[in-house]
Amino acid sequence: MLTRGETIRAIAGGVSSLAGIALFAAAGVAALLATGLSQAASPLLDPYILGVLRFTLLQAVLSSALSVAVAVPLARAMARQPRFPGRIWILRLMGVPLGLPVIIGALGLIAVWGQHGWVNRLLVALGLDQPVSIYGLTGILLAHVFFNFPLATRLLLASLERLPGEYWLIASNLGMKPRTLFRLVEWPAMRSQIPAIAGLILMLAATSFTLVLLLGGGPAATTLEVAIYQALRFDFDPPRAVALALIQIGMTALILIVLQFFGGAASEGATLGRPPERPDGQTSAARLLDAGLILPATAFLLFPLAAVVIGGLQADLLRLIADPMLHRAVLTSLLIALPAGLLAVLLAYSISSARFALLSRKGQPMVFERMANLTSALASLILLVPPTVLGTGWFLIAGPANMDRLAPFLIAGINGLMAFPFVLRVIDPALTSHRERTLRLCASLGITGLNRWRQVDWPGLKTPLLTAFTFAAALSLGDLGVVALFGSDQLVTLPWLLYSRMGSYRTDDAAGLALILGLLCLFLMVLGTASRTPTERASP
Amino acid sequence: MTARMHFLISRLPLAIAAAITLSAPALGADKELTIYTYESFTAEWGPGPQVKAAFEKTCGCTVNYVSAADGVALLSRLKLEGAATKADIVLGLDTNLISEAKQTGLFEAHGIEAKDVSVPGDFKDDVFLPYDYGHFAVVYDTQTMKNPPQSLKELVEGDPNQKIAIEDPRTSTPGLGLLLWVKSVYGDKAPEAWGKLKNRVLTVTPGWSEAYGLFTKGEVPMVLSYVTSPAYHIDQEKTERYQAASFSEGHYIQIEVAGMTKGSHDKTLSRDFLRFMISPAFQDIIPTTNWMMPAAKMSKPLPAAFDKLVVPSKTFLMSADEVAANRKAWVEEWLNAMSLH
Amino acid sequence: MDIRLQKVELSRAGKAFCFDTLIRGGMITALAGASGSGKSTLMSLIAGFDRPQNGHILFDGIDFTRAHPSERPVSLVFQENNLFAHLDLRTNIGLGIRPDLRLGTAEKAAVSHALERTGLGGFENRLPGTLSGGERQRAAFARALVRKRPCLLLDEPFAALDPALRIEMGRLLLDLQQETGVTVLLVTHLPDDVERLASEVIFLKDGEILADETTGAFLARQEPQEIRNFLGNRPPR
Repeated sequence: MLTRGETIRAIAGGVSSLAGIALFAAAGVAALLATGLSQAASPLLDPYILGVLRFTLLQAVLSSALSVAVAVPLARAMARQPRFPGRIWILRLMGVPLGLPVIIGALGLIAVWGQHGWVNRLLVALGLDQPVSIYGLTGILLAHVFFNFPLATRLLLASLERLPGEYWLIASNLGMKPRTLFRLVEWPAMRSQIPAIAGLILMLAATSFTLVLLLGGGPAATTLEVAIYQALRFDFDPPRAVALALIQIGMTALILIVLQFFGGAASEGATLGRPPERPDGQTSAARLLDAGLILPATAFLLFPLAAVVIGGLQADLLRLIADPMLHRAVLTSLLIALPAGLLAVLLAYSISSARFALLSRKGQPMVFERMANLTSALASLILLVPPTVLGTGWFLIAGPANMDRLAPFLIAGINGLMAFPFVLRVIDPALTSHRERTLRLCASLGITGLNRWRQVDWPGLKTPLLTAFTFAAALSLGDLGVVALFGSDQLVTLPWLLYSRMGSYRTDDAAGLALILGLLCLFLMVLGTASRTPTERASP
Repeated sequence: MTARMHFLISRLPLAIAAAITLSAPALGADKELTIYTYESFTAEWGPGPQVKAAFEKTCGCTVNYVSAADGVALLSRLKLEGAATKADIVLGLDTNLISEAKQTGLFEAHGIEAKDVSVPGDFKDDVFLPYDYGHFAVVYDTQTMKNPPQSLKELVEGDPNQKIAIEDPRTSTPGLGLLLWVKSVYGDKAPEAWGKLKNRVLTVTPGWSEAYGLFTKGEVPMVLSYVTSPAYHIDQEKTERYQAASFSEGHYIQIEVAGMTKGSHDKTLSRDFLRFMISPAFQDIIPTTNWMMPAAKMSKPLPAAFDKLVVPSKTFLMSADEVAANRKAWVEEWLNAMSLH
Repeated sequence: MDIRLQKVELSRAGKAFCFDTLIRGGMITALAGASGSGKSTLMSLIAGFDRPQNGHILFDGIDFTRAHPSERPVSLVFQENNLFAHLDLRTNIGLGIRPDLRLGTAEKAAVSHALERTGLGGFENRLPGTLSGGERQRAAFARALVRKRPCLLLDEPFAALDPALRIEMGRLLLDLQQETGVTVLLVTHLPDDVERLASEVIFLKDGEILADETTGAFLARQEPQEIRNFLGNRPPR
């Protein structure tokens, strides 16, 4: 029930965002291809690449499935226990892995799960002498679950919290057993989000590079991303890199399309924002079960982060904090991360608005609906374009002379694009249910345009928008891949400073910087959850 | 691809070239020297700041650094920029990259008589001059490793429960170094050696930083690094806990080099810098900032920490052309040997 | 069935509530008061979503203070979201008979009958989203019908409906109440509803009962100010 003008504006906004993303990616790729023909005689799909492709997809599918499998019961437990002690801090901590450079997270994981990690030391203390070795597929999956289950949990939790509070009271009054409630209410709500979430994690795992090499234990564990890096950096064969990137995009797109059919459209009731009371979570059995899920999951998340903190405390923190290099790096990081976050939110908001405008028109053919749904999923494929490829392409377009001036914009731009798919997962469901709730009323009262934004949309969407923004900013804050392409001594971000200290034996400094970076992320997450009140919690 | 897209793409380099010409900085006024190098060279604790200050004292010019992530990224950047590059000097390639670097046609012979240069392995080149070197070595933790391997053979055949972290030759120079080291010692038997060594390899990291991070976190008792690595710990952390193992077969060497570009706008200044680079004023800076061995005479003795380092009995070095010709095949060989179960 | 609240006390978020009253069986009692006066809390206590810190809640003299919500002899209808939006009406209403949804032929017939009775005959396969607001509330009544609980708690069930529809729904409620003899507690903010539907009124202020009397006595009140304000909302006749 948008006005004609609103519909057209929304669709135009979404189309230009999509076109912007596609053009940005295409320009980078085209510039790269223009450098010349492949010098290599080796065929593209040799047994090596085929093996790599198989492993990439295998570990990505498993990582995604495992993360979701952990997140579904956990999100349900968190939703059922709205007054769990420290709940808001658990949610905030769940945002931290997003902003940690993978190498830091990986070292934290190794401190816990490694050969001489806490787990193995405990096992030895218990009299077992065979240490658990995580190197190999196990380690890769462990790391991918560590990095991704918090995100999945928060997104699924949001889908549960968007359900009207009356549901839980009615279910309790009707005497629905937890199993029935899960089957009839909770699972359908989560299921509608799972294809998108699983797809997101799938893409992240498919493009994983450092984690796969570091924990994979040997070259049998190699992703296409490694082959792309190798083609571009060591062999300097841009066409091959582009071709491999296209294979990566194509294969993953296929899986994403299949995933689309798994989900169902979410239909939620309108709500006056009754604070969710969960009488079904108040039985002793439910409390015990939920605590039994929340506590180990929190420990799994917390211990590696604690290892990062402990490592950081051993550094000379006072000297680090007084270092003007750090101040500059923090400032640079924020100056890149905040615009990147804003860009990601704007892209997601406009695409999501357009999708809603398309879908809310009555008498839409089904094909159209599928297409609208698919478009936003396909827009997320930007995640699969390796930053090396995008970055190198845009390096060519910008030209060496302009590099120093353009680099910050390019880094923020690419970071924003890479964060956009995450942000979309936060904003899209929230925007859809917000619109469904308010559209008729707005139309009947004639509230449109800027007024609607000020009076209705901003108050209603403040929380998810802020959450999305802080997610995106955290992602950009932890970025190392893109900044490594453009970074110079003029442009040092916090992860770049950290990595360069690691690269010159200064591991203590690096650990201290990791702690500072982690705290910065946590601070962002606190900001992102600041506007959560008991009555307004439908946001991850 | 449609005809129109062909057209667009074929026009792209032109557009890029135009953009570059338009925004090229005005030359003249003050003498400037632009050095392309890698990031840890220009870091505040690296040699960069001191080198800049020392050279600017004598040259009456301004030194500008442009840094890439590492030597490989440096070469990629050069290839991408082509003749439009702003670089006068490229500093930070290693011997394995020389052949590829020359193929770009961007470099010019230095024409400097380098009689003061002395690096093991008799490296000589008319385009690139060495400024430091380091032998690859297995560095071990004396607290957890009482009997370190005495040779590459012992490393390969030793107790598979004593693990080592190595770097990936597909993504890092030390990784490639180890590959060439094993090839130098084992020749055609290299795949068999890798097949055995595989069981001792805890993991293969994308770069040196990750492997060394695992090592100093105590996750693994051995790591592939440099003979000079212990010098950092002795000099800066006052600990002899980390030591390099001396291998009886000898050690493969990494030599870091610099060259001047054809497009350099002030070739006299570029040559002055290269001469400065092999003079004591530059060389004095290297050991305690880059933690590598100086490639030419210093004005003072090496810092005490360097006296305690292992001195390789023999140096392995393959010619740049041999490496360039065989790298792909050898990496493939390595992949197969390491991936077999 | 009588609902007795015996010195029921609860404090929540710094607010204290104290209720002591008898809601008499077989009639409609209206529950009114300013927002925040404790209407929802009183409903929650009776339904069992909140447990009192002191006092007892008895249904026909039997103590249910500690009973699980589903064990209490009450059905609930809220202002909205009474139906699970992704489940069709048969399922939504069937849940009132068998919360595990194992519906036999007899149960299915009961669902159809209840739909018929509330004017939704043949709507078994419809999703709530395709119904009007009034139809959704009818469906909620249909579920209360099939549950056959002796008490019905209604939390502003007509608040989202337009005036004509509200009157129509009120009539349906009166019919159903007379037919089944169920005890109804109706939360409302409209004096109109009180007058048309209720026999007795409980008026709350700041967590306590300010008035508890017949509708006639309540409507005749000139004081206190709170009740005058409430009654002042009544459109002139």
